[in-house]
Amino acid sequence: MINHKIFLQGLKSLKGSRSPAIPLGACFIALGALLKDAGFNLQQSAASSLFTYALPGQLVMAESLLVGASIVNIFIAVWLVNFRLYPMTVSLFPLLDHKSQPKWKYYLSCHFLAVTSWLIAKDGYKKIDKKHRIDFWIGIGIGTWSTAILMTVIGYLSADYLSKDMLIGLAIVNPVYFFCMMIGAMKNLSISIAIIGGTMLGPLIYLISTEWALLFAGLIAGTIAFLFGGKNGK
Amino acid sequence: MVSSQIIIIAIIATSIATFISRFMGALTSEKVSVNSKIFQWFNCVAYSTLAALLGRMIIFPAGVLADSDLIIRLIVLITCIVLFVITKKNLVIPTIISAILLGVLTNY
Repeated sequence: MINHKIFLQGLKSLKGSRSPAIPLGACFIALGALLKDAGFNLQQSAASSLFTYALPGQLVMAESLLVGASIVNIFIAVWLVNFRLYPMTVSLFPLLDHKSQPKWKYYLSCHFLAVTSWLIAKDGYKKIDKKHRIDFWIGIGIGTWSTAILMTVIGYLSADYLSKDMLIGLAIVNPVYFFCMMIGAMKNLSISIAIIGGTMLGPLIYLISTEWALLFAGLIAGTIAFLFGGKNGK
Repeated sequence: MVSSQIIIIAIIATSIATFISRFMGALTSEKVSVNSKIFQWFNCVAYSTLAALLGRMIIFPAGVLADSDLIIRLIVLITCIVLFVITKKNLVIPTIISAILLGVLTNY
Protein backbone atom coordinates (compact mmCIF):
# COMPACT_ATOMS: atom_id res chain seq x y z
CA MET A 1 0.00 0.00 0.00
CA ILE A 2 2.74 2.42 0.97
CA ASN A 3 6.30 1.83 -0.17
CA HIS A 4 8.13 1.71 3.16
CA LYS A 5 11.56 2.44 1.80
CA ILE A 6 10.41 5.59 0.03
CA PHE A 7 8.26 6.60 2.99
CA LEU A 8 11.31 6.36 5.27
CA GLN A 9 13.32 8.37 2.79
CA GLY A 10 10.74 11.14 3.18
CA LEU A 11 10.71 10.80 6.94
CA LYS A 12 14.50 11.03 7.02
CA SER A 13 14.34 14.57 5.62
CA LEU A 14 14.05 15.53 9.30
CA LYS A 15 17.68 14.55 9.79
CA GLY A 16 20.96 16.06 8.65
CA SER A 17 22.34 19.48 7.81
CA ARG A 18 19.16 20.54 6.03
CA SER A 19 16.87 19.43 8.83
CA PRO A 20 13.66 21.43 9.32
CA ALA A 21 13.33 20.12 12.88
CA ILE A 22 14.94 23.16 14.53
CA PRO A 23 12.85 25.86 12.79
CA LEU A 24 9.70 23.76 13.12
CA GLY A 25 10.45 23.15 16.77
CA ALA A 26 11.20 26.80 17.44
CA CYS A 27 7.99 28.16 15.95
CA PHE A 28 5.68 25.52 17.38
CA ILE A 29 7.22 25.87 20.86
CA ALA A 30 6.49 29.60 20.59
CA LEU A 31 2.97 28.77 19.41
CA GLY A 32 2.39 26.39 22.33
CA ALA A 33 3.40 29.13 24.76
CA LEU A 34 1.15 31.65 22.97
CA LEU A 35 -1.85 29.31 23.04
CA LYS A 36 -1.40 28.86 26.78
CA ASP A 37 -1.42 32.64 27.11
CA ALA A 38 -4.61 32.78 25.08
CA GLY A 39 -6.34 30.47 27.58
CA PHE A 40 -6.09 27.15 25.72
CA ASN A 41 -5.59 23.96 27.72
CA LEU A 42 -3.00 21.34 26.74
CA GLN A 43 -5.41 19.17 24.75
CA GLN A 44 -6.80 22.14 22.86
CA SER A 45 -3.30 23.34 21.97
CA ALA A 46 -2.29 19.92 20.68
CA ALA A 47 -5.59 19.60 18.79
CA SER A 48 -5.01 22.93 17.10
CA SER A 49 -1.69 21.77 15.63
CA LEU A 50 -3.10 18.31 14.90
CA PHE A 51 -6.10 19.55 12.91
CA THR A 52 -4.90 22.86 11.52
CA TYR A 53 -1.12 22.44 11.19
CA ALA A 54 -0.55 25.80 9.53
CA LEU A 55 1.20 28.26 11.77
CA PRO A 56 0.09 31.63 10.35
CA GLY A 57 -3.56 30.54 10.57
CA GLN A 58 -3.11 29.34 14.14
CA LEU A 59 -1.51 32.68 15.07
CA VAL A 60 -4.44 34.55 13.50
CA MET A 61 -6.86 32.35 15.44
CA ALA A 62 -5.13 32.94 18.78
CA GLU A 63 -4.81 36.67 18.27
CA SER A 64 -8.40 37.02 17.05
CA LEU A 65 -9.67 35.14 20.11
CA LEU A 66 -7.68 37.44 22.37
CA VAL A 67 -9.31 40.55 20.89
CA GLY A 68 -12.75 38.92 21.03
CA ALA A 69 -13.38 38.47 17.29
CA SER A 70 -16.43 36.46 16.20
CA ILE A 71 -16.11 32.90 14.86
CA VAL A 72 -17.17 34.07 11.40
CA ASN A 73 -14.43 36.70 11.42
CA ILE A 74 -11.88 34.14 12.57
CA PHE A 75 -12.97 31.78 9.79
CA ILE A 76 -12.57 34.44 7.12
CA ALA A 77 -9.26 35.75 8.46
CA VAL A 78 -7.81 32.23 8.65
CA TRP A 79 -9.12 31.33 5.21
CA LEU A 80 -7.45 34.41 3.73
CA VAL A 81 -4.09 33.82 5.39
CA ASN A 82 -4.09 30.10 4.59
CA PHE A 83 -5.41 30.44 1.05
CA ARG A 84 -1.77 30.26 -0.06
CA LEU A 85 -2.08 26.51 0.54
CA TYR A 86 -4.30 26.26 -2.56
CA PRO A 87 -1.69 27.38 -5.15
CA MET A 88 0.95 25.54 -3.14
CA THR A 89 -0.98 22.26 -3.41
CA VAL A 90 -1.66 22.76 -7.12
CA SER A 91 2.02 23.44 -7.75
CA LEU A 92 3.10 20.29 -5.90
CA PHE A 93 0.52 17.51 -6.28
CA PRO A 94 0.70 17.17 -10.08
CA LEU A 95 4.39 16.36 -9.57
CA LEU A 96 3.46 13.52 -7.21
CA ASP A 97 0.68 12.17 -9.40
CA HIS A 98 0.78 8.60 -10.67
CA LYS A 99 -2.03 6.50 -12.12
CA SER A 100 -1.19 3.46 -10.02
CA GLN A 101 -1.67 5.34 -6.75
CA PRO A 102 -5.11 5.46 -5.05
CA LYS A 103 -6.82 8.82 -4.72
CA TRP A 104 -7.32 8.62 -0.97
CA LYS A 105 -3.57 9.02 -0.50
CA TYR A 106 -3.77 12.43 -2.15
CA TYR A 107 -6.98 13.50 -0.40
CA LEU A 108 -5.69 12.62 3.06
CA SER A 109 -2.07 13.68 2.64
CA CYS A 110 -3.02 17.16 1.45
CA HIS A 111 -3.45 17.87 5.16
CA PHE A 112 0.35 17.75 5.51
CA LEU A 113 0.73 20.67 3.14
CA ALA A 114 2.49 23.51 4.92
CA VAL A 115 5.36 25.78 4.00
CA THR A 116 8.05 23.54 5.50
CA SER A 117 6.88 20.27 3.98
CA TRP A 118 6.20 21.94 0.63
CA LEU A 119 9.69 23.43 0.41
CA ILE A 120 11.28 20.07 1.31
CA ALA A 121 9.15 18.20 -1.23
CA LYS A 122 9.85 20.74 -3.98
CA ASP A 123 13.54 20.45 -3.19
CA GLY A 124 13.68 16.66 -3.22
CA TYR A 125 10.97 15.14 -5.41
CA LYS A 126 13.19 14.78 -8.48
CA LYS A 127 15.31 12.15 -6.75
CA ILE A 128 12.29 9.87 -6.31
CA ASP A 129 10.77 7.61 -8.93
CA LYS A 130 7.49 9.15 -10.11
CA LYS A 131 5.52 6.07 -9.11
CA HIS A 132 6.41 6.42 -5.42
CA ARG A 133 6.59 10.18 -4.99
CA ILE A 134 3.33 10.31 -3.03
CA ASP A 135 4.85 7.94 -0.44
CA PHE A 136 7.89 10.20 -0.21
CA TRP A 137 5.51 13.09 0.40
CA ILE A 138 3.58 11.16 3.08
CA GLY A 139 6.92 10.48 4.81
CA ILE A 140 7.84 14.17 4.81
CA GLY A 141 4.32 15.04 5.94
CA ILE A 142 4.16 12.61 8.86
CA GLY A 143 7.60 13.73 10.00
CA THR A 144 6.95 17.47 9.95
CA TRP A 145 3.37 17.19 11.21
CA SER A 146 4.23 15.04 14.22
CA THR A 147 7.19 17.29 15.04
CA ALA A 148 4.83 20.28 15.02
CA ILE A 149 2.31 18.62 17.36
CA LEU A 150 4.99 17.42 19.77
CA MET A 151 6.66 20.82 19.87
CA THR A 152 3.33 22.57 20.51
CA VAL A 153 2.92 20.36 23.58
CA ILE A 154 6.49 21.07 24.71
CA GLY A 155 5.95 24.81 24.19
CA TYR A 156 2.75 24.71 26.21
CA LEU A 157 4.41 22.83 29.06
CA SER A 158 7.50 25.04 29.11
CA ALA A 159 5.61 28.35 28.70
CA ASP A 160 6.35 29.44 32.27
CA TYR A 161 10.09 28.98 31.77
CA LEU A 162 10.31 30.90 28.51
CA SER A 163 11.22 34.56 28.90
CA LYS A 164 10.00 37.12 26.39
CA ASP A 165 13.49 37.44 24.92
CA MET A 166 13.60 33.69 24.35
CA LEU A 167 10.21 33.75 22.64
CA ILE A 168 11.34 36.57 20.32
CA GLY A 169 14.47 34.54 19.53
CA LEU A 170 12.33 31.48 18.71
CA ALA A 171 10.03 33.53 16.49
CA ILE A 172 12.79 34.67 14.11
CA VAL A 173 14.05 31.14 13.40
CA ASN A 174 11.20 30.13 11.14
CA PRO A 175 11.21 33.11 8.74
CA VAL A 176 15.00 32.80 8.49
CA TYR A 177 14.70 29.11 7.61
CA PHE A 178 12.00 29.82 5.02
CA PHE A 179 14.03 32.60 3.45
CA CYS A 180 17.08 30.36 3.16
CA MET A 181 14.98 27.61 1.55
CA MET A 182 13.49 30.14 -0.89
CA ILE A 183 16.93 31.49 -1.82
CA GLY A 184 17.91 27.86 -2.47
CA ALA A 185 14.84 27.48 -4.72
CA MET A 186 15.77 30.45 -6.94
CA LYS A 187 17.15 28.28 -9.69
CA ASN A 188 15.60 30.02 -12.69
CA LEU A 189 14.42 33.46 -13.72
CA SER A 190 10.69 33.02 -13.19
CA ILE A 191 11.00 31.62 -9.67
CA SER A 192 13.49 34.37 -8.82
CA ILE A 193 11.13 37.10 -10.06
CA ALA A 194 8.24 35.43 -8.17
CA ILE A 195 10.19 35.34 -4.90
CA ILE A 196 11.73 38.81 -5.10
CA GLY A 197 8.45 40.36 -6.32
CA GLY A 198 6.41 38.64 -3.63
CA THR A 199 8.81 39.65 -0.87
CA MET A 200 8.50 43.31 -1.88
CA LEU A 201 4.79 43.39 -2.69
CA GLY A 202 3.70 41.46 0.43
CA PRO A 203 4.63 44.18 2.94
CA LEU A 204 3.70 46.99 0.49
CA ILE A 205 0.13 45.79 -0.10
CA TYR A 206 -0.13 45.03 3.63
CA LEU A 207 -0.03 48.82 4.15
CA ILE A 208 -3.26 49.11 2.12
CA SER A 209 -5.10 45.95 3.19
CA THR A 210 -3.90 43.68 5.97
CA GLU A 211 -6.24 40.82 5.09
CA TRP A 212 -5.95 40.74 1.32
CA ALA A 213 -2.23 41.51 1.11
CA LEU A 214 -1.05 37.91 0.65
CA LEU A 215 -3.60 37.05 -2.00
CA PHE A 216 -3.02 40.14 -4.12
CA ALA A 217 0.76 40.18 -3.70
CA GLY A 218 0.91 36.51 -4.69
CA LEU A 219 -1.35 36.93 -7.71
CA ILE A 220 0.37 40.06 -9.01
CA ALA A 221 3.98 39.01 -8.45
CA GLY A 222 3.27 35.44 -9.57
CA THR A 223 1.60 36.55 -12.79
CA ILE A 224 4.43 39.00 -13.56
CA ALA A 225 6.94 36.20 -12.99
CA PHE A 226 4.95 33.85 -15.22
CA LEU A 227 4.71 36.40 -18.04
CA PHE A 228 8.27 37.69 -17.95
CA GLY A 229 10.21 34.76 -16.58
CA GLY A 230 10.60 32.93 -19.86
CA LYS A 231 10.98 29.20 -19.60
CA ASN A 232 9.75 28.03 -16.22
CA GLY A 233 11.14 25.37 -13.99
CA LYS A 234 9.20 23.10 -11.71
CA MET B 1 -10.07 34.52 29.43
CA VAL B 2 -11.87 32.94 26.48
CA SER B 3 -14.41 30.22 27.30
CA SER B 4 -13.62 26.60 26.51
CA GLN B 5 -16.49 26.13 24.06
CA ILE B 6 -15.46 29.15 22.03
CA ILE B 7 -11.90 27.83 21.86
CA ILE B 8 -13.11 24.46 20.58
CA ILE B 9 -15.36 26.10 17.97
CA ALA B 10 -12.47 28.35 16.94
CA ILE B 11 -10.17 25.32 16.51
CA ILE B 12 -12.79 23.61 14.33
CA ALA B 13 -13.42 26.77 12.28
CA THR B 14 -9.68 27.33 11.80
CA SER B 15 -9.11 23.72 10.77
CA ILE B 16 -11.96 23.74 8.24
CA ALA B 17 -10.89 27.12 6.83
CA THR B 18 -7.40 25.69 6.36
CA PHE B 19 -8.35 22.26 5.00
CA ILE B 20 -10.65 23.78 2.33
CA SER B 21 -7.64 25.31 0.53
CA ARG B 22 -5.62 22.09 0.76
CA PHE B 23 -8.44 19.86 -0.43
CA MET B 24 -9.48 22.19 -3.27
CA GLY B 25 -5.81 22.14 -4.25
CA ALA B 26 -5.78 18.34 -4.32
CA LEU B 27 -8.94 18.30 -6.47
CA THR B 28 -7.63 20.94 -8.89
CA SER B 29 -4.32 19.04 -9.16
CA GLU B 30 -6.13 16.09 -10.76
CA LYS B 31 -6.92 18.26 -13.76
CA VAL B 32 -3.56 20.02 -14.01
CA SER B 33 -0.76 18.55 -16.08
CA VAL B 34 2.84 19.18 -15.05
CA ASN B 35 3.70 20.42 -18.52
CA SER B 36 0.82 22.86 -18.84
CA LYS B 37 1.04 26.64 -18.70
CA ILE B 38 -1.49 26.71 -15.90
CA PHE B 39 0.82 24.57 -13.74
CA GLN B 40 3.67 27.00 -14.33
CA TRP B 41 1.42 29.90 -13.41
CA PHE B 42 0.34 28.18 -10.18
CA ASN B 43 3.98 27.49 -9.44
CA CYS B 44 4.90 31.18 -9.78
CA VAL B 45 1.88 32.28 -7.72
CA ALA B 46 2.71 29.76 -4.98
CA TYR B 47 6.29 31.00 -4.67
CA SER B 48 5.27 34.66 -4.67
CA THR B 49 2.45 34.16 -2.14
CA LEU B 50 4.91 32.42 0.12
CA ALA B 51 7.47 35.19 -0.42
CA ALA B 52 4.78 37.77 0.35
CA LEU B 53 4.01 35.99 3.62
CA LEU B 54 7.70 35.94 4.54
CA GLY B 55 8.24 39.58 3.61
CA ARG B 56 5.32 40.46 5.83
CA MET B 57 6.63 38.25 8.67
CA ILE B 58 9.90 40.20 8.69
CA ILE B 59 8.62 43.76 8.03
CA PHE B 60 5.27 43.57 9.86
CA PRO B 61 5.53 40.54 12.15
CA ALA B 62 2.65 39.26 14.26
CA GLY B 63 3.06 38.21 17.89
CA VAL B 64 6.20 38.63 19.99
CA LEU B 65 8.50 39.31 17.06
CA ALA B 66 6.82 42.72 16.70
CA ASP B 67 8.68 43.78 19.86
CA SER B 68 12.08 43.56 18.18
CA ASP B 69 13.48 46.37 16.00
CA LEU B 70 13.02 46.12 12.25
CA ILE B 71 16.66 46.98 11.58
CA ILE B 72 17.78 44.16 13.90
CA ARG B 73 15.48 41.67 12.17
CA LEU B 74 16.92 42.70 8.81
CA ILE B 75 20.52 42.39 10.06
CA VAL B 76 19.76 38.91 11.43
CA LEU B 77 18.06 37.82 8.22
CA ILE B 78 20.84 39.03 5.92
CA THR B 79 23.58 37.57 8.15
CA CYS B 80 21.84 34.20 8.18
CA ILE B 81 21.30 34.16 4.42
CA VAL B 82 25.02 34.87 3.96
CA LEU B 83 25.78 32.02 6.40
CA PHE B 84 23.46 29.73 4.44
CA VAL B 85 25.30 30.51 1.21
CA ILE B 86 28.84 30.17 2.59
CA THR B 87 28.07 26.93 4.48
CA LYS B 88 26.94 25.38 1.17
CA LYS B 89 23.28 25.45 2.06
CA ASN B 90 23.49 24.14 5.57
CA LEU B 91 20.22 25.06 7.29
CA VAL B 92 20.96 24.09 10.87
CA ILE B 93 23.74 26.65 11.42
CA PRO B 94 21.86 29.76 10.17
CA THR B 95 18.69 28.85 12.04
CA ILE B 96 20.47 28.38 15.37
CA ILE B 97 22.53 31.54 14.85
CA SER B 98 19.40 33.55 14.01
CA ALA B 99 17.86 33.09 17.46
CA ILE B 100 21.14 33.78 19.27
CA LEU B 101 21.99 36.81 17.14
CA LEU B 102 18.55 38.36 17.58
CA GLY B 103 18.80 37.89 21.35
CA VAL B 104 22.28 39.42 21.52
CA LEU B 105 21.48 42.39 19.27
CA THR B 106 18.23 43.15 21.08
CA ASN B 107 19.86 43.24 24.49
CA TYR B 108 23.13 45.03 23.77
